[in-house]
Amino acid sequence: MQTLTINGKDYQVDAPESMPLLWAIRDLIGLTGTKFGCGVAQCGACSIMIDGTVVRSCSTMVSQAIGKNITTVEGTSESLEALRQAWRNNSVPQCGYCQSGQLISAAELLDTNENPTDEDIDNAMSGNICRCGTYVRIKKAIKEAVELKKQA
Amino acid sequence: MKNIEMKRRDFVKILGLASGGLLFGCNVSADKLVVNTLEDGISFVPNLFIQLQKDGKVTIVVARSEMGQGIRTSMASAIAEDLEADWKYVTVQQATGDAKFGNQNTDGSRSIRTLLNPMRKMGAMARTILEQAAAKKWGVAVSSCKAENHFVKNSTTGDKIFFGDLVEEAKTIAIPTDAEIILKDKKEFKYIGKKVIRGIDMEDFLYGKANYGLDARLPNMKFASIARSPVTFGSVKSFDSSETEEVSGVEQVIQLDRLIPPAGQFFGMLGGVAVVANNTWAAFQGKNNLNIEWESGLNEAYDSEKFKEKLISRIQNKAKVVPPFRGNVDKAFKNADKVIEATYTMPHLVHAPMEVPNALAWVRDGKCDVWAPVQDPQTVRAEIAHFFGFAIDDITINVMLLGGAFGRKSKSDFVVEAVALSQKINAPVQVVWTREDDIQHSFYHAQNAQYLKGSLDEKGKVTGWLHRVAFPSITSSFKPMSNYIAGFELGMGFTNNPYNIPNLQIENAKAESHLRIGWLRSVSNIISGFGINSFVDELAVASGKDAIDFRLDLLGKDKISNEKSPHPFNVARLKNVLLEVKKLSNWEEKLPKGHGLGVAIHYSFYSYVATVVEVSVKSEKVNVENIYSVLDCGMYVNRDAVINQMEGAAIFGMSLTMFGKISTKKGAVEQSNFHDYQMTRMIDAPNIHVHLVDNEEDPTGVGEPGVPPISAAITNAIFNASGKRVRTLPLSEHGMV
Repeated sequence: MQTLTINGKDYQVDAPESMPLLWAIRDLIGLTGTKFGCGVAQCGACSIMIDGTVVRSCSTMVSQAIGKNITTVEGTSESLEALRQAWRNNSVPQCGYCQSGQLISAAELLDTNENPTDEDIDNAMSGNICRCGTYVRIKKAIKEAVELKKQA
Repeated sequence: MKNIEMKRRDFVKILGLASGGLLFGCNVSADKLVVNTLEDGISFVPNLFIQLQKDGKVTIVVARSEMGQGIRTSMASAIAEDLEADWKYVTVQQATGDAKFGNQNTDGSRSIRTLLNPMRKMGAMARTILEQAAAKKWGVAVSSCKAENHFVKNSTTGDKIFFGDLVEEAKTIAIPTDAEIILKDKKEFKYIGKKVIRGIDMEDFLYGKANYGLDARLPNMKFASIARSPVTFGSVKSFDSSETEEVSGVEQVIQLDRLIPPAGQFFGMLGGVAVVANNTWAAFQGKNNLNIEWESGLNEAYDSEKFKEKLISRIQNKAKVVPPFRGNVDKAFKNADKVIEATYTMPHLVHAPMEVPNALAWVRDGKCDVWAPVQDPQTVRAEIAHFFGFAIDDITINVMLLGGAFGRKSKSDFVVEAVALSQKINAPVQVVWTREDDIQHSFYHAQNAQYLKGSLDEKGKVTGWLHRVAFPSITSSFKPMSNYIAGFELGMGFTNNPYNIPNLQIENAKAESHLRIGWLRSVSNIISGFGINSFVDELAVASGKDAIDFRLDLLGKDKISNEKSPHPFNVARLKNVLLEVKKLSNWEEKLPKGHGLGVAIHYSFYSYVATVVEVSVKSEKVNVENIYSVLDCGMYVNRDAVINQMEGAAIFGMSLTMFGKISTKKGAVEQSNFHDYQMTRMIDAPNIHVHLVDNEEDPTGVGEPGVPPISAAITNAIFNASGKRVRTLPLSEHGMV
């Protein structure tokens, strides 16, 4: 048994050694907000944070997260809440499926960069595919979240 | 499929809910103008519901699939509008697949087009009952009672009463007469045509709580991954699963035979070798460890590059002529001042929705329950009944949220697989496609080739137009050996060419299918949109005229076609979107060197779209800077969702123009994941500017019409920026991205 700490809560899992975190989180623990999109770290749908750094959970082993803090889309933080408000204000999602990963990637950006430029946003977000094509809104919402966070 | 007129007899009020609430129902069949009624003596089955609870909560049952187009929000807001509901009390319940709902197939951009009027009338009926209930309670004339934002107000006394507090009184009120059910005046709209503040699923999206097909869970459920033949319709010759069985979590390995659908309907399933495990990862690993020898079968020789050459050669010669015919093209070409010819090609494409195909099925006690992201739950149900022998009423299709679909999830093969497996293992099982499965075993958009020949007179007017096209038909997926394009496909831009050309001929050359062919967002309009808009641009260049002026002239005089259509084609509306996009894009403004604008127009799903794209070309690399799109879809419900759809359509069209290519060698698809079937990402996303035309016309399609003009608008812009004419997509094949 291993202990995974997700959004501040401990979960006991019995994951095979080769199992990526994505499947431990979705199938063993049952938190389904983190999404499967490609399995090879190409689309970003499965993005989570480990100790504040974004990783693609489909390509990260469970062992790499033991003793660390995992944040998924079910979690919260100042950046995540500002982003959520901006997502609401801009009606960002279409199908919504990739948005878990988009929010997590954007949260890391806001955590680490108080004034991201357009280029910073492009670089932080281009690992996340949105097949519905909501990029224009995601970008606008990130800029708005930066302001919301400053006001908070 | 015109918007349906609702009458009093179509409504019903249902009492006695356990919750003490009140349920209003009506019967509307989206594809039928005649509805079943009590008076007809046919059992009245209401299929559109509004439930009102004493706490004021309003629940609307939605029988269309949500895949990002916002239909759950739009349908709810259309009903809420005429109900005078306060949006904060509105929730939605997803309907299961059932014929009583009429056609539930969520495709063809038709939901709002066919259902707006019935939904509004339903809301108005319920509001009228609440106003009459308030009048009765207060003992006043109903004329002094007016519903407003979840209350009924008494205009004489100023009193007001909450909707929830009217539930008991409303139970005693009869269904209003047709004369009493009055739709709101458009000037009073709060939701229709406005921005609805909160999408119905927004909070669930933001906290990872939205339930997609892949999130369906049952106690003790199994997970399965299936190895399918690399060559379409190949079969298993033999397999060795010893290495699979060593994977921790793998429980069973089961061979599945292909299920061949009867001619003309259903999708069947490919068959293969299924690995059943207690988690998804183990199933994936187990599948990877299988050693399978395949019998490749008839499609083994399919090489898509060679097939492209074959299509190109076929369209150089006269092919099957299809109506309409106008004048005499040969004569026009003979007498022309200039004759222009061009050949255009596009490869196969795949939908690649972010959520892969998947389905959870549980067969037990003669019943079959399914939880899946499906666009067409009734076909799924009928298909399961056909292949597995269940009575239709013993099959329940729970429609989950769709993590994107774009046409892929209207084909139910992945559900059939799950049912077949559940039946074999006597347990609930979720079949999960890997991304590789999705890219390599889909129902593909057809590879295609088009030859166009046009003639100009000495004034630069188009006198003749020959359009020869070849691509494998979607019909081939339902009826093998269908080697010609079906009428419904030709009707997507080919035979309904909008231009006023005196001599016109359309021809269809043969094209066999060697993959499963299916519809993908806007379907054959992608092909006609690229071919026609590219060629008109080439003619405009040859005539020395401005690309927009040339098109306006070519569209001819304003007229409304008299085809037997629910929404006849109105050329003035197409010209109008073109003029609007000219303004929106500052068409006449001078651009920096290396930049160019390109224009395209397209009429599809009864909607009118004009798009201008600005590109820059530096060292042969294309960057899309701006996309300007104007849509005339008549009356629309959720303004912001419509704009979002147009933005998304621009990105979807851009992805396929820049990167979209599925190719085959020895019958097998060469691409496998997002590294070699690429998508436009944020770093390449342009600014997108959308303008919606406001008018009083009937609502028409929104989800698809934004896609068809994008490709040609991009390639026309590339020509204007660099002088290079791209006739073969995608751009990545030319080293341009």
